[in-house]
Amino acid sequence: MAGVTASALTTEGRPAPSTANGGGSAGPRGVLGALGRIRWGRGTVLLVSALYFMVPIGATLWFTVDNSPQGFSLDAYRQIFTVPGLWPALQLSLLLAAGTIVLVYLLLIPTVVAVRLGSPKLRTVVELTCTLPLVVPTIALTAGISDVLRWCNDNLAPTPFYATFLYAQNANFPVVLLLAYVVMALPLAFRTLDAGMRTLDVRTLLEAAQNNGAGRARAIVTVILPNLRSAMLNTAFITLALVLGEFTVASILGYVPFAVWIVNGNSAGQGPVTVAVSVVSLLLTWLLLFVLSLGGDRRNSAPAQQ
Amino acid sequence: MTTDPAPATTVAAVPSPAGPTDSSTPATIAAAATDKTGGATVEFVALRRSFGATTALDGLDLTVNPGELVALLGPSGCGKTTALRMLAGFETPDSGQVLVDGEDVTHLPAHRRDAGMVFQSYSLFPHLNARDNVAFGLKMRKTGKAERHRRADELLELVGLPTHGDRYPHQLSGGQQQRIALARALALQPRVLLLDEPLSALDAKVRENLREEIRRLQQELGITTLFVTHDQEEALSMADRVAVMHAGRLEQCDTPAELYARPATAFVAEFVGTMNRIPGVLAGDGATVELFGQRLPVDGATELRGDVDALVRPENVLLTAGGGQGALVVGTTFLGATTRVTVQLPDGTAVKADLSTHDAAALPAGTGVTVSFPERPVLVDTRR
Repeated sequence: MAGVTASALTTEGRPAPSTANGGGSAGPRGVLGALGRIRWGRGTVLLVSALYFMVPIGATLWFTVDNSPQGFSLDAYRQIFTVPGLWPALQLSLLLAAGTIVLVYLLLIPTVVAVRLGSPKLRTVVELTCTLPLVVPTIALTAGISDVLRWCNDNLAPTPFYATFLYAQNANFPVVLLLAYVVMALPLAFRTLDAGMRTLDVRTLLEAAQNNGAGRARAIVTVILPNLRSAMLNTAFITLALVLGEFTVASILGYVPFAVWIVNGNSAGQGPVTVAVSVVSLLLTWLLLFVLSLGGDRRNSAPAQQ
Repeated sequence: MTTDPAPATTVAAVPSPAGPTDSSTPATIAAAATDKTGGATVEFVALRRSFGATTALDGLDLTVNPGELVALLGPSGCGKTTALRMLAGFETPDSGQVLVDGEDVTHLPAHRRDAGMVFQSYSLFPHLNARDNVAFGLKMRKTGKAERHRRADELLELVGLPTHGDRYPHQLSGGQQQRIALARALALQPRVLLLDEPLSALDAKVRENLREEIRRLQQELGITTLFVTHDQEEALSMADRVAVMHAGRLEQCDTPAELYARPATAFVAEFVGTMNRIPGVLAGDGATVELFGQRLPVDGATELRGDVDALVRPENVLLTAGGGQGALVVGTTFLGATTRVTVQLPDGTAVKADLSTHDAAALPAGTGVTVSFPERPVLVDTRR
């Protein structure tokens, strides 16, 4: 997505020099001069942003390959495959992410469709509800969850629900954490799906589908959902990024997914390996982002023609 | 009312089906594309529908004959779109019936109706290319892929876009999108074709081309067609009959020529074409009306008496220079072969007269004129 934005800026920026030059009345030299000035400005912005982003990443990279006093070493990266705890932590995070994405889809897609078709006036209510988690600090959310868990522990023990309660806290797949992540993902996920929905003339599309012999439910599945594809991909990505990077809730509740493992490993003296893992995860995230933006833009690549 | 449609006799000059100049979409393709010939009879029986306090339809009765193109014409809010949507199955009447070939379809769900529809806004499915859009209905009916594509390609050829099958909607112009939408509406060989202002989003040139093309296709396929529009020129130029609607009721349904020459009500008279309202006095028996001292027969029987307005088309107003009426030319508008001359009478009445441009040249603004009328029956309406 970052790459796409940058290239769009470049192409859009191109006509600017002639206007900066007083309506194109000056000769080619003037135009070139203006072009040079514009490029300087652009270069400066690029340089500052690059420094802002690249220096920390560069320093991180340096930290993983500088094995003083011996010098350059890729040991940290080799250890990724053998270091204890990484794979279970990563697996847990990916499982949680997948679960969160599925739940968010199940919760939000029918909601967005229903609100749009049934009662557009309810949209504000739904939007406010979905935005609430942004206002509640994560630490407060976690404190709440801890309280509820403690209460359940004290009061559910004699009831048949106790087994379910214990299962919800299973370290291999903590449903409690999953539910917390669903709540935390709501604000961005709703906005992304809602924005995708708003680009569609849902009513007309549905009527056109019905006019072509599709029942209402089938029309939603065959016409509306495919057109929400890129919004759904974006939602999935945002949720994945959120779950992979989430530390507070998981750490306080005592689970060890990816982010918690990295922090724990750092304080346990596994510095270079955990940082190497961060670098690799950063690269993987970029790759994923790139693939997603390619997928989302594939159909829009051909120029519209009149 | 700024546009003045050409007289209805020239309006009917629509390209003949499968004419010699028309090589791109021969009738054979049309025949292959829809095996059925002749459409269904559509009947609206006493349709009523209210939305809250607004009455959209107030007892609409209308019959559309097989293979006929009927335009529903009227100002916005007159109920024409509601009527069309009832036939498509997107609205249910409070009372009344919708019959297709005598079969009551009033409560049949939209996806089981035998009616293809082209929408006002672009309604192609954005995630499907043109071919798959056209083939969508066939897919819903579980037609095989090869057959689906063959039929879709035939239909694309029918609407003049044989090479556009692989394009996505965003790669097509507005006119092309509406052609594809037309092909999609015809794909299931419906008995009825519904057009909901399909041309209103297009620019004038494209609109005119597509208008002729829709009419040609409709005649080739012989499909019963209901066409909603608020554009009288569109209605008069395309339709076999025009149904003028007002406040949820049918005012008149007639051929364009009849509608223009013999409007049944004052609303139709004023809505279709340009009409002068000229103050006059009805004779005691209501058979004649006196306009500027001239006695003219009244068109049809009227229960009005005394002061009325006579409704006279600008082409039925005669102007002669000079005279003691005190009428003055206050403006002229050049329309090509004719010129519209606006005359003001001492009582403030403005009268529009269409003269040949040659005759109008002799009557510049400020000229004193006498207004008179040919000896023809005129419509009268309550004085406003």
